[in-house]
Amino acid sequence: MSSHITLRVARYRPEEESESTFEDYDVPCPRDWVVLDGLNHIKDRIDGTLSFRWSCRMGICGSCGMLVNGEPKLTCATFLADYAPGPIRVEPLRNFPVIRDLIVELGDFMGKLTRVKPWIVRQVEKPLSEGEYRQTPEQLDEYKQFSMCINCMLCYSACPIYGLDPHFIGPAAIALAQRYNLDNRDEGASDRMRILSEHDGIWGCTFVGECTKVCPKHVDPAAAIQRYKLQSALDWVKGIVLPRAAS
Amino acid sequence: MNRHVAYTPYHPRWHRQRISTYWWLGRRSYFLFILRELSSLAVAWFVVWLLFLVRAASGAASYQQFLEWTRHPFVLALNIACFAFVCLHAVTWFNLAPQAMVVHVAGRRVPGWIIAASNYAALAFTTAAVVALLLLRW
Amino acid sequence: MEIRRPIEPLLWLLFSAGGVMSALLAPVVLFLFGIAFPLGWLSPPDQARLLAVIGHPLARLAIFVVCSLSLFHWAHRFRYTLYDGLQIKHLNGAINSACYGGAVLGTLAAAYFVWRIP
Repeated sequence: MSSHITLRVARYRPEEESESTFEDYDVPCPRDWVVLDGLNHIKDRIDGTLSFRWSCRMGICGSCGMLVNGEPKLTCATFLADYAPGPIRVEPLRNFPVIRDLIVELGDFMGKLTRVKPWIVRQVEKPLSEGEYRQTPEQLDEYKQFSMCINCMLCYSACPIYGLDPHFIGPAAIALAQRYNLDNRDEGASDRMRILSEHDGIWGCTFVGECTKVCPKHVDPAAAIQRYKLQSALDWVKGIVLPRAAS
Repeated sequence: MNRHVAYTPYHPRWHRQRISTYWWLGRRSYFLFILRELSSLAVAWFVVWLLFLVRAASGAASYQQFLEWTRHPFVLALNIACFAFVCLHAVTWFNLAPQAMVVHVAGRRVPGWIIAASNYAALAFTTAAVVALLLLRW
Repeated sequence: MEIRRPIEPLLWLLFSAGGVMSALLAPVVLFLFGIAFPLGWLSPPDQARLLAVIGHPLARLAIFVVCSLSLFHWAHRFRYTLYDGLQIKHLNGAINSACYGGAVLGTLAAAYFVWRIP
């Protein structure tokens, strides 16, 4: 096993060029090094101008998402040794505008996330004297999977629908909306339904399923979306058949 | 998002990649997805075919003509291809059903494989019923 | 509860129902009449038998429902394939009319042929 590997890193320097280019860097390849270690080695020892986002280096902050050989991955969880003998292509996440080198603009997602109201919505807050909102383990299980989302954006990178139409609200936003819809403490389902029922909401999704495949936290956003479609459709039927009883 | 940002020292020009018309050839999973979506054409052919059959069944001569026509190599090839696509549709549909449908029985969630298996069982039952209705001696 | 595009949930329901119907019935029908009978693997039912089966009121209803829903399944899926595969979303109106209009016409044709079964 060789002790070095080549990282072919996409560079984009807007002050110098209008297209992105690739540059090759030779980095050490100990068994426990991940792609993020390689990038930090480049920045520390070879080329200090390389720009990229990272933080926790343990797969929980969601900052270090990039394309490794075309696959959306968390670079802190992708081992260099798995790609020997290389070279390994490292590019910024697909479907987002690139600000510089490996850094993408995430404002679009941030706006969408806010729109789906990812917090507990109550019509009336319980007074403190009445105690906590109680939740059984079974009620927690209903939404727990969707609460695992770390907003790493790998799913947006994998979703061809989002790539073709940036207005699509996207997998993570819908999964997070579902996380709150399915929470027994929440009363905001009808608020969120208005947002999600728009044409750029859930109905744009054609169940490609790539989002679920690349999610590092096994959130399964595709399931969240299809379940929401079914729920939305049944609510629509209820609205026609029993107009007063519908929520 | 302002698409017409000019470069200034404080706001760089973002780099946006165009999606090619052949994006679906880039990855195996995208290609399989498009094949799955194109199976809807085979479903449409199935309907057309069924209506041809229904129309031909009204007379002995037309029925014989229909059966003759099905032996024509072009028609046979089309049906073999559409059969393959319709099977792709059925398999992908039933395999994805557990993700779309969460069923609770007695407060516990039914495991995904049971949902998929029930769908396949329904397929087996329907197939057997059609074969029995048309071919078995009663 | 107001939804701005009220028709989309209905179209999705039709798509799903059609998907189930076609997944259950298309394989066996295409296999028997499209492959097994022409190739002589099995012998086809005679015309009297076939008529007895499809002439039954329940069978007529089933054939009509399966045809109609399967066509709406095709319409919905094909419309999105055209959007995503060919990126021609700007031809929205034309695509929707062609797809769902085709499904409606097919439904009418199915009703006609089923009604005409002797």
